[in-house]
Amino acid sequence: MEPEGSPSLPMIDEIHSNGGINLCDGDVDDEPSIDGTNTTTTTNNRPIISSGEQLDVEAYGGLYQGRTKIMRLLFIAESCEGNPAMRLEALRMAHDEIKKGENTQLYREVVQKIDGELGPNYAMDSAWCDSVDRRADQKKEKLENELNAYRTNLIKESIRMGYNDFGDFYYAHGALGDAFKSYVRTRDYCTTSKHIIHMCLSAILVSIEMGQFTHVTSYVSKAEQSPEALDPVTAAKLRCAAGLAHLEAKKYKLAARKFLETGSELGSHYNEVIAAQDVATYGGLCALASFDRAELKSKVIDNVNFRNFLELVPEVRELINDFYSSHYASCLDYLGNLKANLLLDIHLHDHVETLYDQIRNKALIQYTHPFVSVDLQMMANAFKTSVAGLEKELEALITDDQIQARIDSHNKILYARHADQRNATFQRVLQTGNEFDRDVRSMLLRANLIKHEYNLRAARKH
Amino acid sequence: MNSLEGVVVQIQGLSSSAGDISRLHVILKQAEESLRSESTRLSPILNQLDPSNHSLGYLYILEACTSAPVSKEQAAMLVPYIARFISYCAPEQIRLAPEKFIAVCKRFKDQVMLLGTPMRGVAPLQAAVRKLQNSSEHLTTLHPEFLLLCLLAKCYKTGLSILEEDIFEVDQPRDLFLYCYYGGMICIGQKHFRKALELLHNVVTAPMSSINAIAVEAYKKYILVSLIHNGQFSTSLPKYTSSAAQRNLKNHCQPYIELANSYSTGKIAELEQYVRTNGEKFESDNNLGLVKQAVSSMYKRNIQRLTQTYLTLSLQDIANTVQLNSPKEAEMHVLQMIQDGEIFATINQKDGMVRFLEDPEQYKSCEMIERIDSSIQRIMSLSRKLTTMEEQMSCDPQYLAKAGRERQRFDFDDFDTVPQKFNI
Repeated sequence: MEPEGSPSLPMIDEIHSNGGINLCDGDVDDEPSIDGTNTTTTTNNRPIISSGEQLDVEAYGGLYQGRTKIMRLLFIAESCEGNPAMRLEALRMAHDEIKKGENTQLYREVVQKIDGELGPNYAMDSAWCDSVDRRADQKKEKLENELNAYRTNLIKESIRMGYNDFGDFYYAHGALGDAFKSYVRTRDYCTTSKHIIHMCLSAILVSIEMGQFTHVTSYVSKAEQSPEALDPVTAAKLRCAAGLAHLEAKKYKLAARKFLETGSELGSHYNEVIAAQDVATYGGLCALASFDRAELKSKVIDNVNFRNFLELVPEVRELINDFYSSHYASCLDYLGNLKANLLLDIHLHDHVETLYDQIRNKALIQYTHPFVSVDLQMMANAFKTSVAGLEKELEALITDDQIQARIDSHNKILYARHADQRNATFQRVLQTGNEFDRDVRSMLLRANLIKHEYNLRAARKH
Repeated sequence: MNSLEGVVVQIQGLSSSAGDISRLHVILKQAEESLRSESTRLSPILNQLDPSNHSLGYLYILEACTSAPVSKEQAAMLVPYIARFISYCAPEQIRLAPEKFIAVCKRFKDQVMLLGTPMRGVAPLQAAVRKLQNSSEHLTTLHPEFLLLCLLAKCYKTGLSILEEDIFEVDQPRDLFLYCYYGGMICIGQKHFRKALELLHNVVTAPMSSINAIAVEAYKKYILVSLIHNGQFSTSLPKYTSSAAQRNLKNHCQPYIELANSYSTGKIAELEQYVRTNGEKFESDNNLGLVKQAVSSMYKRNIQRLTQTYLTLSLQDIANTVQLNSPKEAEMHVLQMIQDGEIFATINQKDGMVRFLEDPEQYKSCEMIERIDSSIQRIMSLSRKLTTMEEQMSCDPQYLAKAGRERQRFDFDDFDTVPQKFNI
């Protein structure tokens, strides 16, 4: 490699070390164990998504509560095909969680999936189902009666509470559409901005569960327009929701910005939707995939607020630092390790491939940026791939105009190529001149034809 | 007999000055009928007249001679007369009766084709075109006839000389369509694809109230030439195309549009497959040769793309990327492209490597400066033309009447003196 300017010795060592011994201090103590003796974390949040090791389903489930916990566990069960132990664990936890609630539909589904593999305790408990359903009907009647009473009395606050209770009821029983409608109905009876915010948050929650993220965005903006200042926790919740909506819409840059702006007061207050670790992971990965270097430094690495989140997922923190300091091999290693567990995440799984590709491309571009010529063999070592594969990747990037370089396939060297502005300008000028010439001539010809036709028509008329 | 003699005498007598010629013209017009009736006996009379002095009379008699259908022997006899006439006639005289001149030339062309020797007609018709034109920007009905003869006789270079001139004035739209179509074909024959594209584009986008067969055929060739020259084709026609064309052209050219789609996927095997299955359709339009050129242009496009990405590449890799069968074939293609000036490269046969070079043009030479200068001059003259045209248009009474009608009734800011209603 020939870096521009005179290289200092330590830099050469660092550059060589990309392909050689891995000197990053991040992964020396990267031996996460389930008993939580990891020294890199200070709080009692254990590193849940960790390298190489299987996802600890119990700890993972412990991060969340409510319906999202059940959905996530079910998703894990569905996705880990080759791992029956994890699958059964997830199903068991889901079953226990559902039993605490009142959703008989989900219960039936889970029992069917378990299929008796967990023993007699987890077989279909029809008695429980029936009793829950009966209670549900009774409660529904009661709520209806109350609501009608309130409506005749025309007391706004009570009507609002009534609709809210209905919404909660439907949500607990899994009728998400009805829940959403009930929550939205409270809008007409909201008097203070606190009410509005409450309505928005409920609507957002249900929309996220339903997967309708357009509603999420609109309700987030509605809540943020409230005249009163929002308290930090609510503000953080709204940011997270907005971030999730952008993530689903594949707008990674916007999603990253929202996640990075989330205040650390969030803690575990929003764990019916998202955990703090998720904020760190989603925000970190989206930022890495979509921000340029300057933004990455200012918004992520120097961001004191976000540092609190990154503490919870030290792997993501390490990989961001590695990327910024050009230790691409270890960065890509971390990413590889995280991948299996990220594929089990309900929101992120279909974006993992895209984000990884974008991060890898950025790493390649950043690697070649400072040099006039790069030895492909060394670069292949740095990225832990073969020269042929690297050549293919670089070819795609060059064709896409993301790297300005040309490949010397004979000697396996990449040469930077800076377009000659002067020649390009001359070419463009001549071309524009020709096009103008051609277009004006055809235009004059057409005008002549039209005039001729017009004259013909005029002659015929007379 | 007498009237015929009388006509000849008149011609000989009244062919000296302009005033005489106009009187002669009147007389000839009156005598037209009688001339026609005597068509069979007119040929000996021609020997009494001199084509260069008595052009108008000669023309009328020739026209009467040829008004009846002729047999091959008669054609063989008449052709030299007409050819001589065309080369010697006086332009001012024949411009008094242009339709007659055009009719004579057309029949001349038919006779030449009847005799199976289109080459004989090329030079005379070229002269005829020059004599009939008011200016070099004027398109006559003879232009397409001339180009047709060039095509049939395969004298493409002669045709090109006429095509070099810009056309701004057109007599009949049909002439323009045929002219551009034949002209496009000649340019394709000479591999001047840029000019061919321009001419075919003019046909396709010309104002027309209803679709015509010339435009359809031209569109088919346009698609193919566009693929060869630009490597891409967009089915959207520009805004100024007539609505008739926009609606109907695509329906008539379906196989070609599908060919263009197949081309854009970049897979040569698919393209060749498509060409094989639809070979008869292309054959029946006489476009199979052009289609094959389009297919081979795809290889060129792919190799050109490689020059953007690589500095050196082995012939084996080129063969693999461009889907050729062997490095030998790749070498042939690259060699051909280097010779045609389409890429800049050197082939190292020992290593089997190709080294791609930058375009050596530095834009610093005298020729380049001359080129730029002449382009600037051209464009300035075009601009002047545009300005004069606009000035003419603004003074045109019909335009003013229409503009005056649509003007705002109450315009306090400008009290100009154009009256609101313009009655002339």
